[in-house]
Amino acid sequence: MECVIGVVGRDFAVVAADTSAVQSILVHKTDEDKVMVLDSHKLMGASGEPGDRVQFTEYIQKNLHLYQFRNTIPLSTAATANFTRGELATALRKNPYMVNVILAGYDNDVGASLYYIDYIATLHKIEKGAFGYGSYFCLSLMDKLYRPDMTKEEAVDLVDKCIKEIRLRLVVAPQNFVIKIVDKDGAKEYARREYISDSPPDAAPVSEA
Amino acid sequence: MARYDRAITVFSPDGHLFQVEYALEAVRKGNAAVGVRGTDTVVLGVEKKSTPKLQDSRSVRKIAKLDDHIALACAGLKADARVLINRARVECQSHRLTVEDPVTVEYITRYIAGLQQKYTQSGGVRPFGLSTLIVGFDPHTEKPALYQTDPSGTFSAWKANATGRNSNSMREFLEKNYKETSGKETIKLAIRALLEVVESGGKNIEIAVMTQKDGLRELEEAEIDEYVAEIEAEKAAAEAAKKGAAKET
Repeated sequence: MECVIGVVGRDFAVVAADTSAVQSILVHKTDEDKVMVLDSHKLMGASGEPGDRVQFTEYIQKNLHLYQFRNTIPLSTAATANFTRGELATALRKNPYMVNVILAGYDNDVGASLYYIDYIATLHKIEKGAFGYGSYFCLSLMDKLYRPDMTKEEAVDLVDKCIKEIRLRLVVAPQNFVIKIVDKDGAKEYARREYISDSPPDAAPVSEA
Repeated sequence: MARYDRAITVFSPDGHLFQVEYALEAVRKGNAAVGVRGTDTVVLGVEKKSTPKLQDSRSVRKIAKLDDHIALACAGLKADARVLINRARVECQSHRLTVEDPVTVEYITRYIAGLQQKYTQSGGVRPFGLSTLIVGFDPHTEKPALYQTDPSGTFSAWKANATGRNSNSMREFLEKNYKETSGKETIKLAIRALLEVVESGGKNIEIAVMTQKDGLRELEEAEIDEYVAEIEAEKAAAEAAKKGAAKET
């Protein structure tokens, strides 16, 4: 099942998601990127109904761009989170989007922020969060190991520990993950984690920075 | 003829749509605007009428960005322009959302012209009182393009064109002096055309340059002043050369 993880530091935020695209017993692909770059300084990791996920995140992205063309300045992370929640809420009682979202962004005045938005339009500003069956394992790991003054490397290490746990303990676990980071220099892909099958199950992940 | 200009859905006996023609009059009263297409650059220039002392000039931007690769300048009713520009911006994003491709310059021009035409064939509405100059680079061919639309809803592609006040003089100048240019030469040609009808100086002109790589860039007042100085120097040199040969223009 799909997992999305988010962790925020003082001036950066990390969003990671698995890269499996699964329908019933069939794996369509193992390199599906579920963390969308909304604009220069925002990331949206999404999980849920595949059609809704793509439609909804692209819809948010294009509306963000429209705002920027109309107003010459980008929408803030907080405003984006509330706009996203509003769209989910409006659709909820008619034609709901079955999409869960972890939104991360960097604003010059506020620094890095992380938001949890679930498919029934719950909105929380958080320091760490996760969606999917993986969250059952990751949330307690993050509770134990997270510190607000972590460096980027420590945060990615925490995410790696979560990935390791998901690979180990979740039945039909997704093996491959993508990790993206947003900081004052922008939002970009940090690394991919791919599972090498002929190594023992808890082998160190292979990264491509 | 007075009976045939109330509701624009009505033709006059001699085949005129008077409201559309009156809209063109409104355009003729609007500020001068010029567009020039080069081989790797497109330039838009707009006359800046003198700003009142207390007005914040930064809030009056005359050249609008429709998308990363498309820009628009217009002459005529600025309030109508806001409406059209907003619809065009939404269409640019909507197109990207539905077909995952940025619009071509021709597509968005056709869209804007289509909107303008709709308002010449509906009850109780008046046409948009503006003509637009639309520039940009096509996403796949990477060719530069310049288009013009007018209140009747017609549009066409141009190598260089002008609209608004004294557009005829500017267009004459462009017809006489146009040649394939690139980079700075394209910018100079646009400024020279504007200077034919506008008081000289960076304060009275707004110039925006679009390239394939860097998108749209508004020139600073100081930069424009530099170009103007260069152009005046070239003009003076040409005058001196002519006088030296004992000929008069």
